[in-house]
Amino acid sequence: MKYEPVIGLETHVELASKSKVFCRCKAEFGGQPNSYVCPVCLGLPGTLPVLNKISMEMSLIVALALHCDIPEVTIFDRKNYYYPDLPKNYQISQEYCPLARNGRLTIQLKDEREKEIGIHNIHLEEDAGKNFHSTGGKQPTTLVDLNRAGTSLLEIVSQPDLRNAEETEAFMQTVRCLLRYLEVSDCKMQEGSLRFELNISLRPCGVQEYGTKVEVKNVGSVKAVLRALDYEMARQAEILDEGGRVVQETRLWDDTRGETRPMRVKEGAKDYRYFPEPDLLPVRLEREYLDALKNRLPELRDAKCRRFIETYQIPPYDAGVLAADKTVADFFEECCRLHAAPKTFSNWIMVHILRELREDSEIGDLPITPQHLAELVRLVESDAINSNIAKKVITEMMKTGNMPADIVKEKGLEAVSDSGEIEQFVEETIAENPGPAEEFKDGKDKAMNFLLGQVMRKSRGKADPQLVQELLRQKLRG
Amino acid sequence: MSIDREEVKHIALLSRLELSEEEVDLYTGHLDGILNYVEKLKSIDVSHVEPMSHAIPMFNVLREDEIQPSLSSHEALENAPDREFPYFRVPRVTE
Repeated sequence: MKYEPVIGLETHVELASKSKVFCRCKAEFGGQPNSYVCPVCLGLPGTLPVLNKISMEMSLIVALALHCDIPEVTIFDRKNYYYPDLPKNYQISQEYCPLARNGRLTIQLKDEREKEIGIHNIHLEEDAGKNFHSTGGKQPTTLVDLNRAGTSLLEIVSQPDLRNAEETEAFMQTVRCLLRYLEVSDCKMQEGSLRFELNISLRPCGVQEYGTKVEVKNVGSVKAVLRALDYEMARQAEILDEGGRVVQETRLWDDTRGETRPMRVKEGAKDYRYFPEPDLLPVRLEREYLDALKNRLPELRDAKCRRFIETYQIPPYDAGVLAADKTVADFFEECCRLHAAPKTFSNWIMVHILRELREDSEIGDLPITPQHLAELVRLVESDAINSNIAKKVITEMMKTGNMPADIVKEKGLEAVSDSGEIEQFVEETIAENPGPAEEFKDGKDKAMNFLLGQVMRKSRGKADPQLVQELLRQKLRG
Repeated sequence: MSIDREEVKHIALLSRLELSEEEVDLYTGHLDGILNYVEKLKSIDVSHVEPMSHAIPMFNVLREDEIQPSLSSHEALENAPDREFPYFRVPRVTE
């Protein structure tokens, strides 16, 4: 039978607040294990949490950007469960009055289609620590690092509005892009600051009711989510085809084996017994405050894309690529501010800079700044170097971070603009290669490439190829 | 009875309490008494009252996003029943 998947995503974002959400410990990835901890985040008796203003503010900024309804009062709740990475044996979260509900996010699909995906709710909670399962030693043990415990974690719960892998991927990319535009998180999936959980059920095509839903945890990357989705769709379809019933459960994704398996849960473990956190007072969200936050929302991707097309007259494709990441868009704009050559910058960035970026690395991590690129483009425009040499310079800049003019000087890459010198190279080349020279004279255009290459070699790539071609034509064809 | 032995056992499991069969009987009785007492409150009409989450009429106790020095790993682990520096060590939990 043909089935239609019904997919929802939970997006967990570690917010970029400097300190943790309920205590003043540093909220940073890494560090000596158990060194960003204090009596509050260790869950020692007699301590009290105090809410970080910035964590709440960043959460509300996300809620506003996702067009959510924000209540007058939001409350924290305790979610009770036992796990070694959760020192208090409850997680402070929001169940009954989350800070936002009923939002939406528009995703772009192939063929310029768009789809609106509902946001069920957004809530602020504390992240857990990290467990390491050691296999060595006589007794298998678990080691616990609580540096991450108590870090601000925002959870965005989508409606089950996604219907296939394309939509699911677009949703993840769009959420990531939005969060980075809002500057509320670095969204580094490898460091776990952006994590997804997948909900999926199947229903026969044409049927309205939802099937039984399975939750998939432990999916570390966008690729892993899509693989887990594929796997679950096939697994559930097989069960249904055989007339069986899908069990409602939480499954774990095993990335190495490429499969999901049921999480071993003790009976009733998913009985969280939420109740209002008595240690934290309700937060009243004044309209004026929310309006002020809304007015501060930055220009987002679509608006920036439109403005780039209009202001810089670059093709929509270029604008889309550049605006897909805020730091790249800012880099481009800074280049244009330094030197008015938008299309040239767009080409250099798309062809030579973005390819240097791997997943999770940022344009700001590269040694090249807009100053570097602007200077390079100026050198090419003033014919101080040709564009082939410019490619060499950019490779060198990537390595050393030196300014282009310095690299050109240091490596002796200045263009040979002295036509006398070039003419000499051309004459030498013709004398040394009588065969190809004759061929070219006889009208074989192919021979030109060979001769050009020889002259360029003599000039160590620094001659202007166009000038060389012109001279060859003059000399051989008159 | 408002609560049965099975439910008491379930709650004990959730709370990581190990109860003997006698204790299960004892606490089933205790909890039943408490629940019956609370049951009386249900006779009051509260349909016009907002549910209350907190007893103190205070809101918005927030702090600035500032970092203060944390404990060192040594201090953090000092009271731990078991450790493997710089980690807390606990019996193996598998997912």
